Amino acid sequence: MNNLKRFRIKNKKICLTHILLIIVSLVWIYPFIWMVSASFKTDDEIFAKGLNLIPKNFNFDNFIRAWNNANFEAYFFNSIVVTVCTVLLVLILSAMMGYVMGRYEFKGKKVVLGIFLASMVIPLGFTIIPIYQAIKALGLMNTRIGLILAESGGSHIIFILLFAGFFKEIPKSLEEAAIMDGCGFLRIFINIMLPLSKPIIGSVVIMQFIWTWNSFLLPLVLTLSNEGLRTLAVGLYAFKGEYVVDWTGIAAGGTISLIPIIIVFVVLQKYFVEGIAGSIKG
Amino acid sequence: MQQVNSKKNIFAKKNKSNIRWCWIFMIPTLLLYLVFTAWPIFSSFYYATLKWSGLSVTKEFVGLSNFIEVAKDPYFWSAFWNSFKFMFGVVPIHLIIGLLLAVVLNNKLLKLAKVYRTLFFLPVVTTASIVGIIMIFILGADGPVNTILLSLGITDNPINWLGDPKYAMISVILISGWKNLGINMIYWLAALQSIPSELYEAAKVDGCNSRQMFRYITFPLIIPIGAVIALLNIVGSLKVFDIVKTMTNGGPFFSTDVVATYIYRYAFSSEMGLPRIGYASAAGIFFGITIIIVGFTANHFKKKIKAKSIVSQN
Repeated sequence: MNNLKRFRIKNKKICLTHILLIIVSLVWIYPFIWMVSASFKTDDEIFAKGLNLIPKNFNFDNFIRAWNNANFEAYFFNSIVVTVCTVLLVLILSAMMGYVMGRYEFKGKKVVLGIFLASMVIPLGFTIIPIYQAIKALGLMNTRIGLILAESGGSHIIFILLFAGFFKEIPKSLEEAAIMDGCGFLRIFINIMLPLSKPIIGSVVIMQFIWTWNSFLLPLVLTLSNEGLRTLAVGLYAFKGEYVVDWTGIAAGGTISLIPIIIVFVVLQKYFVEGIAGSIKG
Repeated sequence: MQQVNSKKNIFAKKNKSNIRWCWIFMIPTLLLYLVFTAWPIFSSFYYATLKWSGLSVTKEFVGLSNFIEVAKDPYFWSAFWNSFKFMFGVVPIHLIIGLLLAVVLNNKLLKLAKVYRTLFFLPVVTTASIVGIIMIFILGADGPVNTILLSLGITDNPINWLGDPKYAMISVILISGWKNLGINMIYWLAALQSIPSELYEAAKVDGCNSRQMFRYITFPLIIPIGAVIALLNIVGSLKVFDIVKTMTNGGPFFSTDVVATYIYRYAFSSEMGLPRIGYASAAGIFFGITIIIVGFTANHFKKKIKAKSIVSQN
């Protein structure tokens, strides 16, 4: 009897929590619901007063217009190329560096690590001017390669530490067995170490993807004079300035740009909490 | 015996080639680091001593005069304090509400926790420029926020959230709080999940209720990671750029101008005439040093808290 009562109270509590959470999360994502609905609306509808979220009829004109007129096709392509290349580059480089840092002892290792750690404190956003000048000096201004390099050159020290921490824990015997089988340094890294580090790879991919996809200052500054090289983040911002009238087009563009990041997030979500957990506990 | 020796030899040989491999593995990262981190740090000190537009070939050495000019500019100080205002507004939102949310979503009996997590994370993965665009509508005169406020009779006239200097900073703080709460919720979740569940089981046996458990187990144990989260937030919020640039561009009347937008204006935009790379660098160094000092101070407290909590755990 007593147990049943307790069960009921518990159930009630959980129900209440759900109701509260649903209300809060609806308020939380209301802006997105608004944007998606606006992307189907007509210009008159969007300016009508009130909280109406359901468009009268779903038309895809806005998407077509945003895609064609506003160069969204190009922005989308640039965002994908820059993000994918940056993620791959950062992943490979930080895995390599992390492997070396976590598993080998050699002269100079402590110095390198020390310098890297020290520069974590220095706010990167304030070195944007020299980064701009460096890209200019390398002749990579207004190129995708320049943007990719600048994005990858940022602080992925945290990923190096993540990888180093992970590789450190792998038992030595595994490596010794591989050496006896005639595996070299490179083979051990590619065939044994990398496949083992899947969870770290997952969290590095998702974090770097989010950072690069949403990156604003670097692409803004490094593609200042070439509209064709803008990424979605910069393109949308400029779009607002140039075509202020076309709000439904902007909403459609915003909706388009949300899709890839949501897919990546949902697919890799399970690695995400673990990855962040590892990185802030370390 | 001989076999052992030859085995040793193999490893010794391997060792030498391994060290070579180690450096080969590090070279690309070191190069990138050199070009995009080390060199920029040093050269911004050099730039700060120049009168230079960044476009022309002529660079005039002016010593410390850029620094003096920055120190004398009231707009710089207004941006400087705005950065701190922003920090003091945003950090408590992230820490307190983020923790509350994480505690609720950490409940294993709660179904759909993952769905809620994804929903709260949505603004984090959204570009600031989209947020800027949506919010102009949501906060607009005919937008949902004003519609609700008007219909509830809280105000008689629609509030110009982003265009009125009185409200602009508060709006930017709230929007930034909304945008980045999700990542802080994940940080806190990670902290909560690091607590061994046996502790809760033991407390349950001792008859603790959930409030007592939070007070005596959860809270003391997550404080060390909490200090890291606080540090990340403090330093991160002082660097804010995207959200301010896309929402208000520092306006109206410089009421939301932060140091990053101030620097951008001088270094890259034509609003102020020719770019002034040297002057912008000096402002950057000024503020960079401030952040380092704030960071170190916060880090000092973080270590103290950590040490204290370790002592109390024993």
